[in-house]
Amino acid sequence: MSGDAIRMRGSALIAFAAESPGAAVAAIVLAVITLAALLAPLIATQDPFDLASFDVLDATLPPVWLDGSDPRFLLGTDAQGRDLLSTILYGTRISLTVGVLAVLIQAAIGVPLGLIAGYAGGRLDTIVSRAADIQLSLSTLMMAIIALALFRAGLGGESLSRYAVPLLVIVIGLAEWPYFARTARAATQVEAAKDYVRAGRALGATSFALMARHILPNISSPLIVVATTQVAGAIMAEAALSFLGLGMPVTKPSLGTLIRSGYDLMFAGAWWVTVIPGLVLVAVLISVNVLGDALRDGLDPRGTTR
Amino acid sequence: MKAFAAGLTFFARRLMQAALVMLAILIIAFAVRSALGDPLREIMGEAVSEAERDKLMHELGLDAPWPVQLARYLGGAVQGDLGTSFIYKRPTLAIVLAKFPASFELVLGASLIVLLFSVPAGIYCAVRPRALGARLVLGLSVLGISIPVFLTGIFLITIFSVWLGWLPAFGRGETVRLGLWETGLLTKDGLEHLILPALTLSSIMLPLFIRLVRGAMLDELGHDYVRTARAKGASPPRVWLNHALRNALLPLAAVGGLQIGTLIAYTLLTETVFQWPGMGFLFLEAVTRADIPLITTYLVFVGLLFVITNTLVDIVSLMLDPRISLEGTR
Repeated sequence: MSGDAIRMRGSALIAFAAESPGAAVAAIVLAVITLAALLAPLIATQDPFDLASFDVLDATLPPVWLDGSDPRFLLGTDAQGRDLLSTILYGTRISLTVGVLAVLIQAAIGVPLGLIAGYAGGRLDTIVSRAADIQLSLSTLMMAIIALALFRAGLGGESLSRYAVPLLVIVIGLAEWPYFARTARAATQVEAAKDYVRAGRALGATSFALMARHILPNISSPLIVVATTQVAGAIMAEAALSFLGLGMPVTKPSLGTLIRSGYDLMFAGAWWVTVIPGLVLVAVLISVNVLGDALRDGLDPRGTTR
Repeated sequence: MKAFAAGLTFFARRLMQAALVMLAILIIAFAVRSALGDPLREIMGEAVSEAERDKLMHELGLDAPWPVQLARYLGGAVQGDLGTSFIYKRPTLAIVLAKFPASFELVLGASLIVLLFSVPAGIYCAVRPRALGARLVLGLSVLGISIPVFLTGIFLITIFSVWLGWLPAFGRGETVRLGLWETGLLTKDGLEHLILPALTLSSIMLPLFIRLVRGAMLDELGHDYVRTARAKGASPPRVWLNHALRNALLPLAAVGGLQIGTLIAYTLLTETVFQWPGMGFLFLEAVTRADIPLITTYLVFVGLLFVITNTLVDIVSLMLDPRISLEGTR
């Protein structure tokens, strides 16, 4: 049964790649970047988080295709003499980790709430839907900025740096659960009226079992689509927060931090410290978004409203 | 007459709600101040002995129980007094208000660009969904959504300021004072400084609005009245603009108005890239230097903008849409 499902999904994926070559390219770009980020410790020539492994004398060297470069540093170095390629690999790792973990939190909150609201209906449904509306009207990015700004102003930049990863994950994770809740709720309402759910109930299955084992697998397609767009949103939010100095510290930079620290050097001529991580970030975001759009078209022929 | 009375009731209820939300925001701001701020630093700086502190605390009534202090804060807020900044040693509200024109003009410039481009592009994508141009516009809008606003700014600066040297990259340029309002819109220098930041800010809102216009238009074009209008012999552009667009504007205004929070966040990012001396730039400076009164005042002011926009959107939708019934009891 589940083997068939996997095979079906596999062949659907191939058909979908043939139909939208853009999505196939996006998937490959994303796979390469993710793999490179995961294998960062093996690929990178130095550990950018280890102060002893780089030398400030190597600061702001250009990439190898420009004059005055050093063959040890393929993409040049930043203001502290860190190898840019290594720093980008580790930075991408942080950006992706924060993005994926934050979306997991969003899903962990939103999916159960949406399931319960869609399944139970009535007052529970009203409460969850209202809460989702209110949360969304508050602009999640602004909420994240305010939360981290207050943390920084209250406890200082030092503590912000120390707890940056969990803080970013929690702040971005808590902010956007309504997208999952809405999608799960709408899909659950459709599924709950179907015969297999009624049959399950007649056979004595508990509500929990019906929701977790029967409805959830059947609403996974739209949830996967939401998850994809949300990952792009979360990575962008992390980059924006780090760019504002409210996220990852310079000693442990994400792509956003790198862009920010390089920005100060741009008018001194060292554009690569900003532009190259910027291009990597854009490549990740475009790939995820293109993939999300294609998944939406492929998995949900009727089209969703978002 | 009955509808008028119902309208008034709705109005009053909506204003009441807005006031309650503002009260909640002020209470949160007070809580933040009490938890994070040190009111004595506002007055006498950092180096003060313990005994002096206690004496002053008592004299100023800062050892009063918190309900008394909250009442005092709210009383001050009503009179426009939200505290004194640590950094500037001036009333925080005046500082934030002085920066408001810069942010407002930036948002105005960006909104004009968004309006000018999103409506035609959105209509085009809705009426010719399969055309190459429509696919191109939607493809570009994915690109626009995928590039973070600060990177758009950096790329624009790289091209137009660093490489071509056509446009300035930082600040507001020359401004003119009109009463209390300091404007950059009346000088050539000021306008030149506005171009890149406004383009940057619009780049992130534009794709969103093109999609909104397109979605709203697609919804309307499916309705029977569109077919009727066409059957009666109205030309396609007339049907699109006079019939469908007019009805599409309503949901558009509602959804667009709700984007104000997001707009403020993106303005903050744009101001950071271009060192645009607006409220967002001020806020980040306040955060870096832990100026709690200034931070909370900014939050209260942003909350006020948020509440005003949402209330206006509600009232405008009510006035424009004859289908919303005021008499819920009927």
